[in-house]
Amino acid sequence: MRKISFLSLIMFVLCSVLVTAQTPASSQPLEMADKMRSNGMIYVVVGCLVIILVGLLVYLITIDRKVTRVEKEIEENKNK
Amino acid sequence: MIKKDILSKSWWKYLCVIFLTYTVIAGFLMPVPALPHLHETIRNLYFHVCMWFAMMYIFTVSLVYSIKYLNNPKEDYDIIASQSTYTGLVFGVLGLVTGALWATYSWEGGTGGVSWISDPKINGAFVALLSYFAYVVLRNAMDDEQKRARISAVYNIFAYVMMIVFIMIYPRLSNVDSMHPGNGGNPGFNSYDLDSHMRLVFYPAVIGWLLLCTWIASVNIRTERIKRYFHNI
Repeated sequence: MRKISFLSLIMFVLCSVLVTAQTPASSQPLEMADKMRSNGMIYVVVGCLVIILVGLLVYLITIDRKVTRVEKEIEENKNK
Repeated sequence: MIKKDILSKSWWKYLCVIFLTYTVIAGFLMPVPALPHLHETIRNLYFHVCMWFAMMYIFTVSLVYSIKYLNNPKEDYDIIASQSTYTGLVFGVLGLVTGALWATYSWEGGTGGVSWISDPKINGAFVALLSYFAYVVLRNAMDDEQKRARISAVYNIFAYVMMIVFIMIYPRLSNVDSMHPGNGGNPGFNSYDLDSHMRLVFYPAVIGWLLLCTWIASVNIRTERIKRYFHNI
């Protein structure tokens, strides 16, 4: 259950990045105008950092889970 | 028996994820005041400064548990104190490196190429980090566990005082010019550039990074507990 809720959180973040990427924008004729390219392409940087952050957090969560599993294994072995 | 406490709970880790995601998104997109020299690099406030806050916070945790250990020599206090210090060092190094990058482009009018100036805050922070690296060396130099725990707890108190002196006091006494707010005659945060938009990002950012620091430390602490558990069997 926790896994699913966490995955949905990641999906939400990624989707929101993609949605901003695809929003059609202004009227300048020669620009390949989408939101990702506006403001000196700052949204690209935001996207990269969100991806890095999500990646690092997912990694940290995996390590956390691993430790929890080892803790549980120790508990179970002791009860035998 | 492996100890279970709030470090194994997960609600505050969700908080951490939410705050940090908000920091990265809002940190780049919220409006910031236009200031000479700084330009958009003022946004580093949400990242560089938070590294140092996280470091000082986790070193304070370490200090508290070192004092607790000296009052009551429980092995768990030693684990928390030592692993907190190790985690704090990582954040300190990150603070130093991000500071060097920031200074390269915004100090001296952005001419570039200057990343380590004899700024009292930088040198002070470096000395403070060195005194904590000495803590690591000191711990690794001793084999007897109780002796190691006791001596490193005493040293940790000393190192904390050194850190406060070198990061908080020495830069404020110094007359040398500094870009750091509150130092060398510069005003502190409140009197100039932290406007209400920046507060909206800065405070959640601090909370998020502190939680992340706690999280990493908690994984270290729990791993060390398991290691000691097998060692003590």
